[in-house]
Amino acid sequence: MTTAWFCFLAAMITVYVVLDGFDLGVGALHLLVARDEEEREAATAAIGPVWNGNEVWLIASGGVLFLAFPKAYAAAFSGLYFGLIIVLWLLVGRGLALELRHQIANPLWRSACDAVFALSSGTLALVFGVALGNVVRGVPLGPDGYFHLTFFQSLNWYALLIGVFGLVALCAHGAGFLALRGGGGLAARARGWAPRLTLAEALLFAALIGPTVVVRKAMVTNLVDHPWRLVFPVLTVGALAAAIVGQRRGDWGRAFAGSALFLVGLLTTMAAGLYPYLLPAHQHRPYGLTVDSAASGHHALTTALVWWPVGMVLAAAYFTFAYRMFFRTATVRSTSAAMDQPPSA
Amino acid sequence: MSDHVLVDRLQFTLTVTFHYLFPILTMGLALFIAYLKTVAYRARDTERGERYDAAAQFWAKIFAVNFAVGVVTGIPLEFQFGTNWASFSNFAGGVIGQTLAMEGVFAFFAESVFLGIFLAGRNRVSARMHWISALFVFAGSWLSGFFIIATNAWMQHPVGYDVANGRAELNSLGKLLTNDWLPWQYAHNMSGAAITGAFVLAAMGAFFLLSDRHHEFARICVRVGVVGALIFCALQVFPTGDRQAKNVFEHQPAAFAAMEGVFPTSKGAPLVIIGNPSTEKRRLESTIALPRFLSFMTSRNWTSQVRGLNDIPTDRWPSSVPLVYYAYHIMVGLGTILLLVAALAAFLLWRGRLYTSRAMLWTLMIAFPFTYIANIAGWATAETGRQPWLVYDVMRTAAGASPASSVPAGTGIFTLLGFAGLYLFVGILYLMLLVRIIARGPEDLAPPTTSTAAAASAA
Repeated sequence: MTTAWFCFLAAMITVYVVLDGFDLGVGALHLLVARDEEEREAATAAIGPVWNGNEVWLIASGGVLFLAFPKAYAAAFSGLYFGLIIVLWLLVGRGLALELRHQIANPLWRSACDAVFALSSGTLALVFGVALGNVVRGVPLGPDGYFHLTFFQSLNWYALLIGVFGLVALCAHGAGFLALRGGGGLAARARGWAPRLTLAEALLFAALIGPTVVVRKAMVTNLVDHPWRLVFPVLTVGALAAAIVGQRRGDWGRAFAGSALFLVGLLTTMAAGLYPYLLPAHQHRPYGLTVDSAASGHHALTTALVWWPVGMVLAAAYFTFAYRMFFRTATVRSTSAAMDQPPSA
Repeated sequence: MSDHVLVDRLQFTLTVTFHYLFPILTMGLALFIAYLKTVAYRARDTERGERYDAAAQFWAKIFAVNFAVGVVTGIPLEFQFGTNWASFSNFAGGVIGQTLAMEGVFAFFAESVFLGIFLAGRNRVSARMHWISALFVFAGSWLSGFFIIATNAWMQHPVGYDVANGRAELNSLGKLLTNDWLPWQYAHNMSGAAITGAFVLAAMGAFFLLSDRHHEFARICVRVGVVGALIFCALQVFPTGDRQAKNVFEHQPAAFAAMEGVFPTSKGAPLVIIGNPSTEKRRLESTIALPRFLSFMTSRNWTSQVRGLNDIPTDRWPSSVPLVYYAYHIMVGLGTILLLVAALAAFLLWRGRLYTSRAMLWTLMIAFPFTYIANIAGWATAETGRQPWLVYDVMRTAAGASPASSVPAGTGIFTLLGFAGLYLFVGILYLMLLVRIIARGPEDLAPPTTSTAAAASAA
């Protein structure tokens, strides 16, 4: 039962990273990729209708962590206090910059919103990476089930590396999204950025295998001891290859799918490598929180198993419906051009 | 109470109070937008339908800004359970994790997706789909309210759990969702939000009538707002307020005594209209009271007994009795005044004199902020009345905070100030944007006002 909830939680976080990942990537990149106001407008408009729904996956993941593994929720959030609060502030800034940019047609206002949006998106991608890096590395959990990492302790070399990797990976994902969904010069420039970012992503990915083994050997032994779990790293590498091939051939749909699957592969590999730990302690410390030691009571988990799938099916239906509606058209034209035309029925 | 717990409390007070200013209007407006859209849909292709549709569209602009601020200020709350209240999360996550996760899964997904369609899709989906998405936004926001109140109801009156291994473990989701406390608290709270929605509608209409602009639109707003205000103000007093007070009387005697300022236990207790509670002298000073009314209101019996604070150990008293007392009396006083305003306005509407009565329009225009104060004062009563408990009679507030080793007081003060600064800025921005939307008015057909809407016109 606890294992099932571990899988659900991993799945929800993965969906969050894949969906909000391209929002964050677009945010971090758009000042570089979009040359003028019109293109920046198109870039933000491309994610405008969906970013809020995408972010709900983060909230819902937090809810499921709270529901199923309250002890891990309590330990991780209080232990990484500053990191978490900074994430919250960045989420406030990013959401407002994106939603309020269209409220005032003043170039300075829009530039300010774009700057806040870009900085907060980039920093969020970095901080999420740092947080995951700390989880993989393990935290100094004590016997009471809590730990404390000061902000600068959480910026250790390994976590920072993962943070940079996260930023690059989400930028590549965002560039892939704009290459597919942007129009005109925006898409053309995104198509120039995407292969370079993907290459950087691939190099970092290869370079990070060694350090990961150093900080947590179990990530590898866990996978090798249960060979079926090797599916996940194989998926990761395969998806990355597919993304590169897609980009070479100019098949941007397939390249974006490859990029999405690469993120799925990364997160599932991480989950499979950590299991049964949710929040491991530093290597050689005994107090890591496992799916069993952090779980809620049995009744809570079985009860939630009844309603949770219903909610997920509904959410999937809403998302399919909304995405089909918003992304039905071939490309997003620039807004000002569209405004001169009467709205289509 | 140690410093770090006080700081954690202050930070949560700030973030939850500031946040809740926005959902009040989100939930209240969602109801009235759904109503306007329903009228518009049923009368589609007529002039009346078009007027209602335009009115709904104007309110949707305000709703969009309000919703965005509500979302971004709401996210910190869920995560603050973990950052500042880790011991509480660890203790209670197995129970209230259910309702909080249900909120995300059942309410937020529907709300966010259909709001995207509602704001972006006016020209992209059929009139029917657009109307349905307005209904989904309404249902999503009220469902979200339900799960939050279900969570709070468990903290006020815990049911459906056992304590095992030092943690609360759920034993019945059914009991959690059918908590005695829940239906009346929910009804009272939602009616309070609807009152704000109604008064905001009426105030906007009154403002436009007084400034001699947008008459058609203004009359719809005043009419719908005044009728809504009367209905929900009445529901707020009876049955929801009455039944909610009985819940408190039965399950939280100390909170009830503090709210009503009852010190000595007495039979035939008076209902205090005005008075100052003195916890040192253990009595109420300078009172104006209605004899025996309190006994009658709690048990429909003029001579029944009401337990006073003097018969309750002080370590079970709310941490600040005057705070509970004043917050409650402000809520009740404002609620009564608002009911009178709504009734008078409805009378003038019925007599056909409302749109020309400048005095009444002025009153409506300046009444709406007091609905916010009443809503917040009501929550202050509920939350400070629950003290010193975090989970009533089960876990004290001081025991629920994150360990001081993880989140010391200084760290908490730093982030508290950070939130205060950020929210001050957000609040100014919000008011500025609302003023712009109102200045443009409902007949403005200028470029769409949200990123979501911009995307629609781009396709």
